[in-house]
Amino acid sequence: MTAFVELEQVTMTYGGPGPDTVPAVADASLTIKQGEFIAMVGPSGCGKSSLLKIVSGLMPADKGITRVGGELVTRPLTMVGMAFQNATLLPWRTTLENVLLPLEVSRAHRGSFRRKKAEHLETARALLKTVGLEGYEDHAPYELSGGMQQRASLCRSLIHAPDLLLLDEPFAALDAFTREELWGVLQDLWMQRKFTVILVTHDLREAVYLADRVYVVSKRPGRIVYERPIPLARPRTLESTFDQDFVDLVHKLRDHIGEVRAS
Amino acid sequence: MISKIKLAPWLATIGLFVFWELVCRLFSVPEFILPAPSAAIAAMIEYWPAIWQNAFYTFWVTMVGFALAVVFGLALGLVTGASAIVYSAIYPLLVGFNSIPKVAIVPVLVVWFGIGTIPAILTAFTISFFPIVVNVATGLATLEPELKDVLRSLGARKIDILLKVGVPRSMPYFFASLKVAVTLAFVGTVISETVAGNAGMGHLMLTASSSFRVPLVFAGLLVIAAMGVGMYVVFVLVERRFVGWAFRGGDSG
Repeated sequence: MTAFVELEQVTMTYGGPGPDTVPAVADASLTIKQGEFIAMVGPSGCGKSSLLKIVSGLMPADKGITRVGGELVTRPLTMVGMAFQNATLLPWRTTLENVLLPLEVSRAHRGSFRRKKAEHLETARALLKTVGLEGYEDHAPYELSGGMQQRASLCRSLIHAPDLLLLDEPFAALDAFTREELWGVLQDLWMQRKFTVILVTHDLREAVYLADRVYVVSKRPGRIVYERPIPLARPRTLESTFDQDFVDLVHKLRDHIGEVRAS
Repeated sequence: MISKIKLAPWLATIGLFVFWELVCRLFSVPEFILPAPSAAIAAMIEYWPAIWQNAFYTFWVTMVGFALAVVFGLALGLVTGASAIVYSAIYPLLVGFNSIPKVAIVPVLVVWFGIGTIPAILTAFTISFFPIVVNVATGLATLEPELKDVLRSLGARKIDILLKVGVPRSMPYFFASLKVAVTLAFVGTVISETVAGNAGMGHLMLTASSSFRVPLVFAGLLVIAAMGVGMYVVFVLVERRFVGWAFRGGDSG
């Protein structure tokens, strides 16, 4: 397994560096292997989301080196999947059409979209089925519950089989039961396809449930202050979140977050 | 409940007319100051051929001006909303232009094009153009940043983002603006006909008032209002038909 995402001493300030500005991210270094599931936790406003933007190339860093797939990131990457706290589905499209959007617009697929439409439709339907949205393909987003919208958003972020999935608190707006259910959905998808994931969250149980490794980010300027492998066996289940190992890991992270918040 | 809501506008309108009629009768208001609705309707029947002819003229002039406003308003709105530079460059000009009372430009239009149809069309156009531009531009410019990130991280072209997301997203704003714009277009036409026309409802009412046929003036006002309401309803239906999704599965879904 080789390094897939590498950050070396990356610093980023909104609006560029200046004498009075506090960087959103400071001296962040990390290495993520291909197919690894990473979680970043930290207090809100700590620059976790900024790290995602740097990795995706949507925002340039002021200093430091960002590499994805061995290449320097100098402009937005074109084969990334993203999902956010808001599902951001297009309300005039059906669920199925929403999921197909990346294939219509992405550089790799847009040329052949019409030709391969039947094939794509099949892929999209299969993906929707995996996340439990079979039968909702032709429903409008407003007819779906929040959890179902987020499932559709996950499908949209994965339909073009990206190597890298960036998730910015995708489950934060959901109720606890739905959220835990979607952990399982995401874990299943990841175990089938083994894409690389960076998940930003402030839910420690979520981080421990899903990730291979958890980074704790300090409050602004966001620095990576702690790194913790999660060696728990997969597939992890909701039952396993009550095991002592699991609880201990959550506690340990909790302590570090407490230190970060107090500092 | 729904039937009450559907009944309410009719009851309110009838109520207003009854109130108006009663005030005129109880206080014996002279007809040349405020004619009762019954007198206005009597005038409408008496002068129906002239009203019909002029109303039809005003209607098509308004529709031509409005159609121009839709085409140019949509185009300029898309350009303005799609580019931050164009937006910031053009917006003050638009606001400034919109602040000019349209009655003030009719004489200029008459100098350019002579009395008649063209100034009326252009006045209808200029007055109904602004809300369309502003609404379309707003719809485009307020694209959610997350959605923009999703699309940019797919390497989507600007034109794709515009056509697949920007334009559909601005359509509810566009159709909402049409309802406002079409009623404004009638205002524009009638202003021009009143100031410098030789036909149309504005001209008819001006002629009628100069010979103190006030019931005919009110008949004209009622006809204009009816045309405005009629076109408003048409665009409500158009809106429901094309952007029903924006109503979140209300009674349209």
